[in-house]
Amino acid sequence: MKFSEKWLRELVNPEIDTQGLVDQITMAGLEVDEIESVASDFSGVVVGEILLAEQHPNADKLQVCKVSDGNEEFQVVCGAPNARAGLKTAFAKVGAVLPGPDGKDFKIKKAKLRQVESLGMLCAEDELGMSEDHGGIMELAADAPVGACLREYLDLNDKIIDVDLTPNRGDCLSITGLAREVGVLNKAPVSFIEAEAVAPAIDDTFEVVLEAPQACPRYVGRVIRNVNVKAATPRWMVDKLARSGIRSIDPVVDVTNYVLLELGQPMHAFDLNKLSGNIVVRMAQQEEPLTLLDGQEVKLNEDTLVIADGSGPVAMAGIFGGEATGVTTDSTDIFLESAFFDPIAIAGRARSFGLHTDSSHRFERGVDWQLQRKAIERATALLLDIVGGDAGPVTEAVSEADLPSDRQVILRHAKVNSLLAFEMPAEEIEEILTRLGLQLESTAAGVWTVSVPAYRFDISIEVDLIEELARVYGYNNLPVRTPKASMPLKPNQESLVTVQQIRRNLIAQGYQEAITYSFIEAGLQKKFDDQYEAVALANPISAEMAVMRTSIWPGLVKALQYNQNRQQSRIRLFETGQRFLPNGEEMIQENVIAGVVCGGRDPEGWTAGKTQVDFFDVKAHVESLLALGGAGDDFRFVAQKHVALHPGQSAQIERQGEVVGYIGALHPSLQADLGLNGNVYLFELRLDLVQQGRLPRFSELSKFPESRRDLAVIVDESQSFEAVRQCAAEHAGEFLNEVTLFDVYQGQGIEVGRKSLALGLTWQHPSRTLNEEEISGAIDSVISALGKELGATLRE
Amino acid sequence: MENIEALLAEGAAAVAAAQSTQDLDQVRVEYLGKKGLMTALLKGLGKLSPEERPQAGAKINEAKQALSEQINARKAALESAALEARLAAETIDVTLPGRGQQLGGLHPVTKTMERIEAFFSGIGYSVAEGPEIEDDYHNFEALNIPSHHPARAMHDTFYFNAHTLLRTHTSPVQIRTMEAEKPPVRIICPGRVYRCDYDQTHSPMFHQVEGLIVDTDISFADLKGTLEQFLREFFEEDVKVRFRPSYFPFTEPSIEVDIDRGNGKWLEVLGCGMVHPKVLEAVGIDPEEFTGFAFGMGVERLAMLRYGVNDLRLFFENDLRFLSQFN
Repeated sequence: MKFSEKWLRELVNPEIDTQGLVDQITMAGLEVDEIESVASDFSGVVVGEILLAEQHPNADKLQVCKVSDGNEEFQVVCGAPNARAGLKTAFAKVGAVLPGPDGKDFKIKKAKLRQVESLGMLCAEDELGMSEDHGGIMELAADAPVGACLREYLDLNDKIIDVDLTPNRGDCLSITGLAREVGVLNKAPVSFIEAEAVAPAIDDTFEVVLEAPQACPRYVGRVIRNVNVKAATPRWMVDKLARSGIRSIDPVVDVTNYVLLELGQPMHAFDLNKLSGNIVVRMAQQEEPLTLLDGQEVKLNEDTLVIADGSGPVAMAGIFGGEATGVTTDSTDIFLESAFFDPIAIAGRARSFGLHTDSSHRFERGVDWQLQRKAIERATALLLDIVGGDAGPVTEAVSEADLPSDRQVILRHAKVNSLLAFEMPAEEIEEILTRLGLQLESTAAGVWTVSVPAYRFDISIEVDLIEELARVYGYNNLPVRTPKASMPLKPNQESLVTVQQIRRNLIAQGYQEAITYSFIEAGLQKKFDDQYEAVALANPISAEMAVMRTSIWPGLVKALQYNQNRQQSRIRLFETGQRFLPNGEEMIQENVIAGVVCGGRDPEGWTAGKTQVDFFDVKAHVESLLALGGAGDDFRFVAQKHVALHPGQSAQIERQGEVVGYIGALHPSLQADLGLNGNVYLFELRLDLVQQGRLPRFSELSKFPESRRDLAVIVDESQSFEAVRQCAAEHAGEFLNEVTLFDVYQGQGIEVGRKSLALGLTWQHPSRTLNEEEISGAIDSVISALGKELGATLRE
Repeated sequence: MENIEALLAEGAAAVAAAQSTQDLDQVRVEYLGKKGLMTALLKGLGKLSPEERPQAGAKINEAKQALSEQINARKAALESAALEARLAAETIDVTLPGRGQQLGGLHPVTKTMERIEAFFSGIGYSVAEGPEIEDDYHNFEALNIPSHHPARAMHDTFYFNAHTLLRTHTSPVQIRTMEAEKPPVRIICPGRVYRCDYDQTHSPMFHQVEGLIVDTDISFADLKGTLEQFLREFFEEDVKVRFRPSYFPFTEPSIEVDIDRGNGKWLEVLGCGMVHPKVLEAVGIDPEEFTGFAFGMGVERLAMLRYGVNDLRLFFENDLRFLSQFN
């Protein structure tokens, strides 16, 4: 909310400067966003009166004016078309200092314009830094005192303070509310607005029926006849409204806006002669139409509260008036509305129509439910002064049972002290709360019953009061300490690999961590996953961020593409995060780690070859992750196709029957589709399965020598090494230590379609040396099993 | 016997002429070996008279000794020269870059989150995580934000349907933790959060770390002390910290914390407050027995302040030139 500092100071005027005031309310929870000057720091400008305006002898577009400052007359050359005799305007005399267009101030000097002497300058608003308006020189009121300092006459030393109020402080959405707060903070007296009842001059009333009393428990109305809406709103009111960011429309609208700003009560005025039947406050029917004051046509809903007359809805209650019954300059009789609408009946409704008004903003947060009569009296008095007319009696339709009840909250001194860790004196507590307008009654030792005023919707329980105490006392004046707590040891599962370890392992292998969006483009998502239908956002920000990823791959591949487009050729990225797999009614949200790799195997360097990274490089990276927990031998790589991967270079990674993830080369057609350079390799693993490791278990070291035999076997090229390894391991006897693969060969000497695998088998017995026959026997059984089961032959 | 001197001189010349240890070995064999020239002289002693023998033998032995020493000296010199030559030949340019992988690095957001987690783990907080697709209850209702509440407008929520949404903060993790565990609770909740807002200073996805402590006798003073210390340690500076009243539906009193790093400008860095009794009640904790405080901070914002990053959008472009600056 924007407000004029001067207006505030009319109600409460503590002895602090603008900055002091701003700091003070900010630190009381009313955060000031901005302080604006009403005008620039010009000086030497007075109210001048143009006595005579004649055509300049040497210039078509200039006039030579005689301007009075009340004492003397000055000749001033002026280019504004609205310069005319009788006009009172801003007159910068010789010696005046004005803001220059370049930001530097300049001084008005005696000058000659086309040979005619000019003693000063007549100013437009922009030339004084008051607005952007350069439509002509300022047009001051006819009663403006000639010779008066313009700054004083127009209150241009005023500041506009923009305070960003939190939703709980609806009570501060008025000058009155702000003044109350400033009064409390400074222990300063506040001159609250008194609204004397305006005695009715006529008997006319207009009937109001409350059909939705929960939503509108009070509706105060008044008829005023014979008004002159063509009358001008006084300058002081126009200025105050303007400084709160509200444009003057006509005196009736201006007065309702003024009361809204002054007291915080949103009001509405109808053209009485356009209303038919009576006023009914009710819920709208579904699809009921209403044309709003701004010409917008809306279809209402069943949860929209409306003000209706005999013809249908005439206003969206507490939000926006209707066009058909609005006051115009031709209106002569009006009906004023000052109602209380329940916050719950208004909340969210304006938003659902794409509206946000000063009125809805206040009703959503809560308007003082005891303010309606005062507001209508205040508005009547202001109106009669400007537009004249005869006021009828104030009528009030009310459903007492539906009005908010008076709230009482118990406050315990001990609770204040324990929550703030501070012994706040009872007198201080009583004083702060009393100044905030709360009434305290001491009902037991150290206990008060506190009555909450109708304007404080935010106070309903004890801690709300403690917050008020802390806030007014000053958060920064309250003590500081650190918590005392018992210190039980936290569990620490040794076999669990932390995500931090996993990340650092990849970093050591040259990977850079990326963070990509969790929502991605639907089309891209489909290219990477044909199994899950990604869940879509109802209100995405853009098509690029529309569905929840079922894999990190699309995001990482886009990041790779982004970097390739910026001349990066060797890229290694990984990301950890959730993926979102819809599973019937359920949503599986699981943490995964994924990587994407392209470019050279080694960083470019003087020793490095030009070899590009391949499947087995990336597989080694994954294997090192899987081995982190000491359970690397639990995992198996099984050839398995995947829609995003090269069908001949993709594997599913399994751990005891569970799918851990996938690794492979990006499918060449997807690679081409995305315009990527070179082969791209991907992996994605379920973090929980990678993190679960195994505790080390000691086994006795053998004191006896180990025996190794090497064996080269030839198998069909489609035969997997894994099958060969398993078969060899199964038939090599119980003392086999390990099987290693030290060569894979295809080519000369090997039949086409076959390949040679060179295995190294190592045996060791825990308590004796194995003899030659035992080793030979084991080798023979391995060779025979490989031959029988896998069609392997021994390489000669 | 007179030729022993000549033989020694000849041998000495041969030693001096030797250019390698192999040459030297040849000289040794030639003069001192079993069939060597000097050894042969010793064998010739038998022809001398017993009176002459000891003197002549001593002379020969002296000559043998002298030659042997010369050989050893020469050998040492040759070996040393050879080592010198080898060392010279093996000298490399030690300024050439090392071989192997370059180190990658953590994303600055992760780096910052891990740092925050470390501070709080050190004083007994545990890390808690939760789903990013949340229900309305855990994201709003249980946090004292009913459907009509104006604070919902502050959240700009991404929805899937009327009840399912992307969490707008990590606070639902606090609710889920309190539903499952009884006090004392000390948790820190890092993670991704989402708001439907995208411009230069807002990202539709960003990261938060929230913290929660619930115990007997937790006060406003504890909150101030904890966060003031945290901010000073995080920035490793004696930053000025101020606590400004604010409003969050789930805390009462509510606070925004500003810091001034010496340039006279207050910058908001986190929001916090005493846990609202309604939030405790919603998870079955008696607010008369237990109190607590909660806090939340935007990780990107802290990372920007700490590392001087000037554009929020850089965090999610994943440009290697940006990422590698944090290695």
